[in-house]
Amino acid sequence: MLSVKGLHAKVEENEILKGLDIEIRPGEVHAIMGPNGSGKSTLGNILSGRPGYEATAGKITFKGRDLLEMGTEERAREGLFLAFQYPVEIPGVSNMEFLKASVDAKRKHAGQEPLSSVDFMKLARATSKRVDLEANFLKRGVNEGFSGGEKKRNEIMQMMLLEPELCILDETDSGLDIDALQVVADGVNSMRDGHRSFIVVTHYQRLLDYIVPDYVHVLAGGRIVKSGDKSLALELEAKGYGWLEGEVA
Amino acid sequence: MSQQVENLIKKDYAAGFHSAIESDTLPPGLNEDTVRFISAKKGEPEWLLEWRLKAFRAWQEMEEPTWAHVHYPEIDFQSISYFSSPKSMADKPKSLSEVDPELIATYEKLGIPLHEQEMLAGVAVDAVFDSVSVVTTFRAKLEEAGVIFCPISEAVHRCPELIQKYLGSVVPQKDNYYAALNSAVFSDGSFVYIPKGVRCPMELSTYFRINEMNTGQFERTLIIADEGSHVSYLEGCTAPMRDENQLHAAVVELVAMDGATIKYSTVQNWYPGDAEGKGGIYNFVTKRGLCHANAKISWTQVETGSAITWKYPSCILKGDNSVGEFYSVALTNNFQQADTGTKMIHLGKNTRSTIIAKGISAGRSNSAYRGLVRMNPGAEGARNFTQCDSLLIGDRCGAHTFPYIESKNPSAVVEHEATTSKVSDDQMFLCQQRGLDAEKAISMIVNGFCREVFKELPMEFAVEAGKLLEVSLEGSVG
Repeated sequence: MLSVKGLHAKVEENEILKGLDIEIRPGEVHAIMGPNGSGKSTLGNILSGRPGYEATAGKITFKGRDLLEMGTEERAREGLFLAFQYPVEIPGVSNMEFLKASVDAKRKHAGQEPLSSVDFMKLARATSKRVDLEANFLKRGVNEGFSGGEKKRNEIMQMMLLEPELCILDETDSGLDIDALQVVADGVNSMRDGHRSFIVVTHYQRLLDYIVPDYVHVLAGGRIVKSGDKSLALELEAKGYGWLEGEVA
Repeated sequence: MSQQVENLIKKDYAAGFHSAIESDTLPPGLNEDTVRFISAKKGEPEWLLEWRLKAFRAWQEMEEPTWAHVHYPEIDFQSISYFSSPKSMADKPKSLSEVDPELIATYEKLGIPLHEQEMLAGVAVDAVFDSVSVVTTFRAKLEEAGVIFCPISEAVHRCPELIQKYLGSVVPQKDNYYAALNSAVFSDGSFVYIPKGVRCPMELSTYFRINEMNTGQFERTLIIADEGSHVSYLEGCTAPMRDENQLHAAVVELVAMDGATIKYSTVQNWYPGDAEGKGGIYNFVTKRGLCHANAKISWTQVETGSAITWKYPSCILKGDNSVGEFYSVALTNNFQQADTGTKMIHLGKNTRSTIIAKGISAGRSNSAYRGLVRMNPGAEGARNFTQCDSLLIGDRCGAHTFPYIESKNPSAVVEHEATTSKVSDDQMFLCQQRGLDAEKAISMIVNGFCREVFKELPMEFAVEAGKLLEVSLEGSVG
């Protein structure tokens, strides 16, 4: 699905990633943990092609293609999805209009006809129910006046509608209360089908009680310094990141 | 994003073409004989000729205004031709089948086939092709309701007493430089009269086109809504591609009698000039409405065209409890300049006005909002709310706001809100990460920004307006 080899990346002249390697096969859930400033969010931004983030060395292969050669929207249409840590508002553009345009763009890319408005509306209503958002959120402006939890659930709803192959969740748990966390986790778990892969970037072990990963990686100093199974997350919870400092150097 | 923005502004004008219809055109130049020629050509009564000449003499004494935030080379009024009419007009086509096929083809290129409109939309179209109204449809149906909707040149003969009473009653001949010029040489335009208590059975729509090389277009529109009546009027225009700058100085006068409502919607898409700022229409328009007691006038405009826009649709709220509204989207791209806004003159008690103005600037363009809210001493309990938002796309354009507030009544309340924002990189990234391309993303964000105004437009216009923004912004993001 995704292969990252020796990735170096910078943001405004600051090198953040310094030789990162990761290999993700279909159906796997990888958690990426690490202290603040370790480059966790940078990885998601580089993978999704955010302007201002530049890969300076290394190779990224997504579904057999050179990801860095693909434009931002092409990556999205090919099935790469980023759930934002801080979803931005687009005033006046209804969620429904935005979602339909996104889904239509993806369908067009896949050579499919756009969904009729009626079919889309049915699908969107059903999906909003799955993330416990009232249907009137579909009529409101994109993230306009949404609470933090509503924004995150809106992200998961978009993910469900777009049915991506690789989902990157960038600290989706930050700012969520326990109920919202449960809703988000249920949403993600319902999408695990043995083919779809996930990268779950998080600061806390808590989320991984709900979304149980196949692998846990610790990112520090721009590299993955330790990998393991879900027990690694518990170890980190108990010991903190300090004990890994030695491995960074 | 600025690199993307650089690239998004390069797109040929979609309505740019020139159709070859023979014209009866006056050579360039302007003097009293020009005025007499136009008046004679239309078989006007003596009083109207005198009215025009009075305007012409006043105009000669006036100076071109320079206070607007727009810059352009001096206009040589002697190099402009002041009259042209499609030749086939001489034998007055009564139906589409009698109309010059070239003309029909022109409309079809613009995506406004009249026969379809007749059948499907139920919209009566008074099509102004250059200076003479060529086709008027649905007139019989309107007449059944007692509504008069015809070219103003025809109204001069059909209902002279209304014309004599109301022409220049809201925008006097000497009102301003361009209004005076228009009063002297106006070619044609629409006349509407809605009788007492009548709700106009359909939306009235006029499409304007400038089609003759070097011909100024001087439309004159007069709408009178008698007591308790209701009318919605749609004005839309496109123009063919050309190099010379063209002058367009229209005058629109609205009269809303006691308890009447006039809704006037405009989509303006004159040729804006090319990506280097060459060519384009100079659009100097005077639009004003007079509200009697309990009357309401609502202006909605979507301005995307013209090299220069100078336009302030205004309301004089003379009667007590009258209401004025102004909803505007002005989009400038490339080298376009727009100075537009409104004037709300509160004279009567408990008069209310609302101004929602949205300015969008892209490329190297400049747009300015200029608005006056005046509360006269008699405007007891009057209220105004103004909201004025600017959206910048890229970093080489400008947005300016010039609000003027004059309150001479202590009980009057004036509220003004203004914001300026940019299309943010984060918004663009969100859209692109969801698979939208940059152009779709920009047009969606801009349409969202304009939503409050678009919802005031009649349905079919709202769709057109959205498309127009999309076309106008093509090339402004890569």
